[in-house]
Amino acid sequence: MSILAGADTRLLVQGITGREGSFHAGRCREYGTNLVAGVTPGKGGGLFEESIPIYNTVEEAVVETGANMSLIFVPPPFAADAIVESVDAGIPTIACITEGIPVSDTVAVVHYTRDKDVTVIGPNCPGLISPGHRCKAGIMPGSIHMPGRVGVVSRSGTLTYEAVGQLTALDIGQSTCVGIGGDPVSGTSFIDVLAMFEDDPDTDAVALIGEIGGTREQEAAEFIESDFTKPVAALIVGRSAPPGRRMGHAGAIITGRSARASEKIAALERAGAAIAPSPAHIGATVQSILA
Amino acid sequence: MKVHEYQAKRVLAEAGVPVPRGEMARSADEARKAAERLGGKAVVKAQVHAGGRGKAGGIRVASSPEEAGRAAEEMLGSRLVTFQTGPEGAPVSAALVEEPLEIARELYLAIVMDGAARGPVVIASQAGGMEIEEVAERTPGKIMRIPIDPGLGLQPYQGRKLAYGLGFEGAQARPAAAMMGRLYSVFRENDCSLVEINPLAVTSDGRILAADAKLDFEDDALFRHPALREMHDPAQDDPLEAQASEFGISYVKLDGDVGCMVNGAGLAMATMDVIGQAGGGPANFLDVGGGADEDKVARALSIILSDPSVKSVLVNIFGGILRCDVVAKGMLQAVGENPQTDRPMVVRMLGTNAEEGRGILSASGLNVALVDDLAEAAQAVSRYSRASGIPSGPGAAR
Repeated sequence: MSILAGADTRLLVQGITGREGSFHAGRCREYGTNLVAGVTPGKGGGLFEESIPIYNTVEEAVVETGANMSLIFVPPPFAADAIVESVDAGIPTIACITEGIPVSDTVAVVHYTRDKDVTVIGPNCPGLISPGHRCKAGIMPGSIHMPGRVGVVSRSGTLTYEAVGQLTALDIGQSTCVGIGGDPVSGTSFIDVLAMFEDDPDTDAVALIGEIGGTREQEAAEFIESDFTKPVAALIVGRSAPPGRRMGHAGAIITGRSARASEKIAALERAGAAIAPSPAHIGATVQSILA
Repeated sequence: MKVHEYQAKRVLAEAGVPVPRGEMARSADEARKAAERLGGKAVVKAQVHAGGRGKAGGIRVASSPEEAGRAAEEMLGSRLVTFQTGPEGAPVSAALVEEPLEIARELYLAIVMDGAARGPVVIASQAGGMEIEEVAERTPGKIMRIPIDPGLGLQPYQGRKLAYGLGFEGAQARPAAAMMGRLYSVFRENDCSLVEINPLAVTSDGRILAADAKLDFEDDALFRHPALREMHDPAQDDPLEAQASEFGISYVKLDGDVGCMVNGAGLAMATMDVIGQAGGGPANFLDVGGGADEDKVARALSIILSDPSVKSVLVNIFGGILRCDVVAKGMLQAVGENPQTDRPMVVRMLGTNAEEGRGILSASGLNVALVDDLAEAAQAVSRYSRASGIPSGPGAAR
């Protein structure tokens, strides 16, 4: 098994005719993902790569193809609308790659989905991948992954690739890798993903990759202490970042003591997580918890 | 996007939030006339995007228009150094000349977008005039935190709760509560990431005023607020940061001497951390971005090379969307444009087209060391950094 993405995933790409949407839809398909549909308003009736039908609306795509996951590459001003369209069409898992969505838009979407049975991953995230099922709904390079039993959850993109690269080099495979996104507010928290890994019989341990800003790692630490039974290895980056300066990600800014790397590391350590001494050692740290 | 105090107060005043009477001045003469209109006595406040102005001499009390003029004269055109600006300081091109206040109480009030609450939160405390982090550490019980439902907005009862909690009584409670609602409107309608009133002053004659004000507008939402964008004062930005942002490159100047060029914000922070652990200091944060082309890579490296404090460079690329051969070509272009800068470079390339990228660099005769391991790369570059001054000619690539 795996979480969120698996053998029964039927992927839909919103914004499939755009530059990034078409490129990554192609890479997902190449990797082995069951891409069933694309949506671009006004381009309905066309075909992507001469075989995947394009629809004007998500609703139509769901009715025609049974799509059950959406991957979104819609520009920031229209991305919140795209997420809500998928939610309303009944898609249970939505990953939004788009970077630069106004936080207030994300807040409204998260608020709207709060009591609904839907998982929104992102925005501003690399998406997710389950190597054992050759299922990739995201922008990560598929080739660095290998099937296995370690779950990866991260706020970052390329840093996740770095971590996965180290794991694969050590012959440690992954069950599912999920990027929850670098914005201050996101649809899915560390806790949401940890809870899924807890219930997944094919995940033995988790690598958690966090960074400065906010208090999401502390919330994760509380959950790990009280409700999570599998071993966790954690990496927190931004130890060398000065307070008050935004480090690329909108969420990566130290605005108070709790946003610092040291506070997050201390909280995770108290919760029993093994802390990677440096970003160069996340692979080795995961290896150390897989006794 | 940060704005000046006078701009923030203008936005607040337009929304009906009371602020002290005052005028912005760009010359000693304007400051003198403004003080005259205020009745003679005035406070002259240097307009920079940094806190800690009071202790740095950026806030001066003047007892006459002439004194206000002299204070402005000294400030304008100078650079104000506060604990937040770094040693180079921030340029002062405007001063805010305000009525002096007789302050009876100083309170703290802020609205932020809170990741944990997944929405706006109002933070209030009776301990105003100092950094809220300090209050949080000393007396955490004295801070009120009220999450606002993004659908409903700030409810009148929440405004009253804040007003009573801040110690407003009798006739003062009603206008104080109403002000909370107006502040929330400012936050919401302008897509702010921060509204901070510190201090919110209660004067001895009972007025409630935003004595200082800080508004941060969310960069990602500026596309729907063209008028706010006009408030941007580029002189307050670091020149290299401004240049980077023009090309869509995320760059932050730091104190060390190891320049770094990385793709992805998380990996860029990780790279800074390993440099620090290897005994070096990062000169910058730089995320070249996922969709970069040769030109953008060249611009990014040129920005790093034009920083005189950079003694060596670490390039750390995990190719995904961004291909390593594109990065290598962009690097050659940048070095070609900056032939005078022969600083040692350590390059780590993994992922998409890494072989091709490394091949291009090896064949170029550049002073480049190719390293695979992240820790090793950081050690190598930090060694160069400490050994800077030792001549290191081209042909060091292996």
